[in-house]
Amino acid sequence: MSILHNFVFGLYPYIALTVFLLGSLVRFEREQYTWKSESSQLLKRGNLRIGSICFHLGIISLFLTHMVGLLTPPEIYHAFGLSSSAKQVMAIVGGAGLGSLCLVGLLILLHRRFAEPRIRAVTRMGDKILLLWLLLTLLLGLASIFVSVNHLDGHVMVLLGSWAQHIVTFRSDAAELIVDVPWLYKAHMFMGMTLFVIFPFSRLVHVWSGFGSVTYLTRAWQLVRPR
Amino acid sequence: MKIRAQVAMVLNLDKCIGCHTCSVTCKNVWTSRDGVEYAWFNNVESKPGIGFPKEWENQEKWRGGWVRRSDGKLAPRQGGKVKILANIFANPNLPEIDDYYEPFTYDYEHLQKAPLSQTPPTARPISAITGQKMEKIEWGPNWEDDLGGEFESRSRDQLFKDIQKEMYSTFENTFLMYLPRLCEHCLNPTCVASCPSGSVYKREDDGIVLVDQDKCRGWRMCISGCPYKKIYYNWKSGKAEKCTFCYPRLEAGQPTVCSETCVGRIRYLGVILYDADRIDQAASVENEQDLYEAQLKVFLDPNDPAIIEEARRQGIPDNWLDAAKKSPVWKMAMEWKVAFPLHPEYRTLPMVWYIPPLSPIQSRAEAGQLGMNGIIPDTKDLRIPVKYLANLLTAGKEAPITSALDRMLAMRAYKRGETVHGKGNEAVLKQVGLSAAQVEEMYQIMAIANYEDRFVIPSSHKELVEDSFNEKGSCGFTFGNGCSGGTSEGTLFGNQKHGSDIFVDMPKSRRKSRME
Repeated sequence: MSILHNFVFGLYPYIALTVFLLGSLVRFEREQYTWKSESSQLLKRGNLRIGSICFHLGIISLFLTHMVGLLTPPEIYHAFGLSSSAKQVMAIVGGAGLGSLCLVGLLILLHRRFAEPRIRAVTRMGDKILLLWLLLTLLLGLASIFVSVNHLDGHVMVLLGSWAQHIVTFRSDAAELIVDVPWLYKAHMFMGMTLFVIFPFSRLVHVWSGFGSVTYLTRAWQLVRPR
Repeated sequence: MKIRAQVAMVLNLDKCIGCHTCSVTCKNVWTSRDGVEYAWFNNVESKPGIGFPKEWENQEKWRGGWVRRSDGKLAPRQGGKVKILANIFANPNLPEIDDYYEPFTYDYEHLQKAPLSQTPPTARPISAITGQKMEKIEWGPNWEDDLGGEFESRSRDQLFKDIQKEMYSTFENTFLMYLPRLCEHCLNPTCVASCPSGSVYKREDDGIVLVDQDKCRGWRMCISGCPYKKIYYNWKSGKAEKCTFCYPRLEAGQPTVCSETCVGRIRYLGVILYDADRIDQAASVENEQDLYEAQLKVFLDPNDPAIIEEARRQGIPDNWLDAAKKSPVWKMAMEWKVAFPLHPEYRTLPMVWYIPPLSPIQSRAEAGQLGMNGIIPDTKDLRIPVKYLANLLTAGKEAPITSALDRMLAMRAYKRGETVHGKGNEAVLKQVGLSAAQVEEMYQIMAIANYEDRFVIPSSHKELVEDSFNEKGSCGFTFGNGCSGGTSEGTLFGNQKHGSDIFVDMPKSRRKSRME
């Protein structure tokens, strides 16, 4: 096991999570004026609606299914009669579907961002990096499907799951578990973890608010602030 | 009964000359920044016309305001809370910048730098968004200025509802009025109700509706929620911005900038007391045409000792109660019934009201066929159809508008009698149900319109809620994080710290020398 491997899969997850949580907190506390979704819909509607809805539905579902898939111990889904192999097929089919949905949306949004003169004019370097980073991460994830179909017994998936579970339960042997996992998965994982590092410094912070906006459902229509 | 006070406004359209001074002073103070060049917290439209943004009154198109559902409850026309959240990724009802206009400046530099040529150089428009030359300016905050453009386009104006509008396309029958528009600071605002992050709110003490710039996440639902289209999306900062009713000025007892600078003295500011518990009931009456009267019932009489006592008990300061008694808005809306809410059918209970304009008597009068209603001319002979005004101010109900116009005509007839014959015409007053004392006061406030009669604004009581000693030596308005902006050019979280790129750019020569 190389030092680099140990760093990226043993230490980097903690660095990423720390930057993610602390960075978000600092930005929320100190720079809320910068905390926004940065919609460009006003400047050009075009095909934003189809692009944005596909992208968001895709990426939110991917995030949630990754969380559930990676963090559920095998004992639990075995108890429900789901074998590792069957779960892998589910992950492949679901991932391919949601990933394609997300990809279609992302490509539409990318085209819009680079081809529409008005949108291009208001796009900052950070936005470009973020979108391309998301695209690359997504493409790596989709590419890993082609590797996965060659071993349908589910053992790689279980390894990746154990890695994630060991990380969140602070067990130091996490990195060792996935030494032999193909590089494609590792690249996808590195890109994904780095998204958490980018998160507090980009428009991604609006994801927090997106989840937070669910509280809207239970609030009164009118808001009156006392002095 | 929950008594609250609000600073409300009345605009006397009878005196508006369409000079746009209100719009320009407002823009200079509030929206001369990047991202809101296109936004006019106050604009003046020429009517008939489709306005700014295009067709803002067409709620079939933009889906602003409220609808009364079959169960008698109100819901935003753009949808309930679940639907609003479902549309958060892309708002189907959001206007595009072209519905307002693409903000621009002119290539003034070219006028100085152009080489010798056969024709004089021109300053072409440059887009404030892309920095590129624009082919054409397509729209603006008053594009249909003084009936500019063909009637067919202008006649898409929703106020022509139930009117045979073709008649008014001919030169002989055409009519014109100005409509200055700003945020209505509604009692039942749809923008507040539509905001998923809860950043838009109404202030309890003076009723001003504001956007908390820190809490706004740019979900853009308020923009489609507002039926008046008076919340704007700042495309640079990514936040919603709106008319603030110049709250720093109001707090100090000064009128808003638009009111202060109005050369026609058409604007009035005064306190209205209202019962917050009656808002919901008033906004959800079944018949649209009852909404105007329903809103009148929400207001509380400041001259009723029982109301004053209860208001005092609920903590409304005495100088506010005194101001409410002298409020010109109360007098015009409640005592003389000459002021009306803008589009009550949106069910927002707006608090910026309008006095309908009188207009010249049509050519029939010149031919000696003028219809007379007793002594004053018949309102149906006015050039602007009463129905048109009713569609603007009372959801199409003509009686209140006719009564208001009659009263204004009667005031003129009475004062004319006083000037010409040395004695006011009492008969005309009986006809419209006013007393001589009332008309004298109407004349003072509406025609003479002295500064202290127009603006009766109590200063706010900040001393009750904060220790102003701590504010000594602190900073005023900033773009975000207090006084400290750091020293580096960019920031960690990617915000711009300066006000404007396009409009206050320094000359290239100086910028270059600074870069070196």
